[in-house]
Amino acid sequence: MTSVKLKLKDSDVQKLKEIAHSFNNEAGELINVLHKSQEHFGYLPAEVQEVVAEELNIPVAKVYGVVTFYSFFTMLPRGRYPISICTGTACYVRGAEKVLDEFKRILKVPVGETTADGKFSITCLRCVGACGLAPVVMVGDKTYGRVTTDGVKDILKEYENEE
Amino acid sequence: MELIKLTIDNRTVEVEKGTTIFLAAKQLDITIPTLCYMNLKDLNIEHKPGGCRICVVEVEGRRNLAPACATECSEGMVVKTHSVRVLNARRTVLELIISDHPFDCLVCAKSGMCDLQDMAIKLGVRDIPFKGEKSTYKPDFSPAIIRDMDKCIMCRRCETMCNDFQTVGVLSGIHRGFEAVVAPAFERDLDHSECTYCGQCVAVCPTAALTEVDHTLQLINDLSDPAKTVVVQTAPAVRAALGEEFGMEPGTLVTGKMVAALRQLGFNFVFDTDFAADLTIMEEGTELLDRLTRHLNGDKEVKMPILTSCCPGWVSFFEYHYPDLLDVPSTARSPQQMFGAIAKTYFAEKQQLNRKEMIVVSIMPCVAKKYECTREEFATDGNPDVDYSISTRELAKLIKSANIDFKALPDEDFDKPMGESTGAAVIFGTTGGVIEAATRTAYELHTGEELEKVDFEALRGFEGIRSATVNFKGVDINIGIAHGLGNARKLLDDVRAGKSDYHAIEIMACPGGCIGGGGQPLHHGDTSILKARSKAIYAEDEGKTLRKSHLNPDIIKLYDEYLGKPGSELAHKLLHTHYFDKKTRQISVD
Ligand code: SF4
Ligand code: SF4
Ligand code: SF4
Ligand code: FES
Ligand code: FES
Repeated sequence: MTSVKLKLKDSDVQKLKEIAHSFNNEAGELINVLHKSQEHFGYLPAEVQEVVAEELNIPVAKVYGVVTFYSFFTMLPRGRYPISICTGTACYVRGAEKVLDEFKRILKVPVGETTADGKFSITCLRCVGACGLAPVVMVGDKTYGRVTTDGVKDILKEYENEE
Repeated sequence: MELIKLTIDNRTVEVEKGTTIFLAAKQLDITIPTLCYMNLKDLNIEHKPGGCRICVVEVEGRRNLAPACATECSEGMVVKTHSVRVLNARRTVLELIISDHPFDCLVCAKSGMCDLQDMAIKLGVRDIPFKGEKSTYKPDFSPAIIRDMDKCIMCRRCETMCNDFQTVGVLSGIHRGFEAVVAPAFERDLDHSECTYCGQCVAVCPTAALTEVDHTLQLINDLSDPAKTVVVQTAPAVRAALGEEFGMEPGTLVTGKMVAALRQLGFNFVFDTDFAADLTIMEEGTELLDRLTRHLNGDKEVKMPILTSCCPGWVSFFEYHYPDLLDVPSTARSPQQMFGAIAKTYFAEKQQLNRKEMIVVSIMPCVAKKYECTREEFATDGNPDVDYSISTRELAKLIKSANIDFKALPDEDFDKPMGESTGAAVIFGTTGGVIEAATRTAYELHTGEELEKVDFEALRGFEGIRSATVNFKGVDINIGIAHGLGNARKLLDDVRAGKSDYHAIEIMACPGGCIGGGGQPLHHGDTSILKARSKAIYAEDEGKTLRKSHLNPDIIKLYDEYLGKPGSELAHKLLHTHYFDKKTRQISVD
């Protein structure tokens, strides 16, 4: 997994410390701490993981192990409109892969990456709990159900005039 | 204690509640094959991730086969360890593991010592019916260890050693499923991690996924170059283990045969690291006495306790994890490096050699020493004091490839002057030995009296952390000993918190000290071998006429002719060092 190099601002480090502190700096809360950190930063670059490791007093290798184990976590910055495609069983059976391929084709980026203009990124999720609507796609907080390959264009159109 | 009765292969056995099927079968002398499982009894490490499923057995009444290493016995259980179903399942499991493994056994560094290869032979694998994708990773070449993750079978033993035993925490399982592998954070190279190169992961890796950097080819080239004078030094722990590679009983001392073999291999001078260990005691002992006297006289500036510094794995550990305590350890270099510095100055002058014409090689039980040779501060004008270090295992391979009949060799003696040593130097090879050697000398120098008994049994043993108080004629000296970095961490945390009562602490990175080093013959989980080696070391000490470092005549001569006295300016230049804060260096490198 590649990572983006950046220097954390003092305020970022402070924020991470607060997050860790809200979980009593307990090693057992690693997943929750990472969850909150990703919510705040949008992604988990190496530097963030180093601070988390330091705060919870665990090896950074362990943190990285957890980050790479769960597909929910990402080390790459997400686009302003992060597209998540559910590839859980129900969605998969009903064509999620074709939908995913269509997003990749149109946006010309692989899973886990962001378009050059920083607008869209593509990730895959496991079952998001809306199997009745399979296949499910989320753009930011907005959920789209029963998405077809033809529907992909229409979804992207909605964001055409956004920055 | 509740007892449970069960039947294994039609024999009854009674075991304590909580015992696994694997250990119950062991009581009946049935060894169920295992691959990921590792039980290092004397170190209190039982690693049973239950991942490989090689150990499956049939349990009556259960639909699925059960992994023997991770399944507890229950009352009345009926177990079959070698039914047709079990044997077929085991072979299938192994075939699946091998299907994602390179087929280059013939040229593999681990060939002949590989647990996976042994298992394939044992289970009679003849073909791999599963042809699938194979994982490929970029190999990682550090100064001491090579990681070739194409050969990793995800047993995760290395993780247990690095995280639980050493508490270094460099290695972690990452990703999942087919992509799962063990790696340092962000898949950086080991060289960009906090790795201490202790080699304990190498010592337990069943395959060639983790191996030491091999210097034997370079050595063969140097030995056949007439323009070079090749000098060798052998660490104390090597002589207590080398014989194992030639089928000798663990604990057989092979000092004389080892010297003979080295001579036959063509070394110009066969010397002993033990000579330098005596020298270490002179320097470290003097430093200890100096600090102690100042401390006892109420000097608040002086740092206590003094920590030994002869283990490069341990040195890296505190450079990464305790940069705030860099002025606490002794500044004395390791015996390997003292030897190199003296060989390329004092001895070179005697022989009228330029250091560039010399190759100084060390034979070490250690992987970290390979890295230590490359530290910049141990070189003059880019020419290293010790050119490279080869492990006990590499030496054995070299002797075999040179067609030397090791067991039939006559005993020979080390060359002079750097081959002379005392019993105090020999015990450097086992946990507690360095501090015992230092105590023998410090006691006599401090009190001016001769010791009635040189053996300090209280300092010996195998417990991870030990302590003892030695009375220096009215002054109680508190001594601490730790082997394994996890144990060291506990003592260090106390020092950091200002809660430590010790005057001196010995720390060795490896289990049992250097006898359990990462470069030793593989113990394959049998830690009683380490104890046998330790015994051999104490036997060699006992057999020596001289057992105190300050009585070594060639050390006395070295000071007379060259160094002046311990702690002199020249001694400082050649035999002492300083440490670096590696924590800040390490963070955020790419
Ligand atoms: S590197 Fe070796 S010890 Fe570590 S998991 Fe892989 S095979 Fe096991
Ligand atoms: S050499 Fe020691 S510190 Fe380095 S990865 Fe292996 S066990 Fe960990
Ligand atoms: S204990 Fe000995 S073998 Fe182990 S790292 Fe230290 S010096 Fe090397
Ligand atoms: S599988 Fe996609 S929502 Fe459940
Ligand atoms: S040895 Fe039991 S599961 Fe690997």
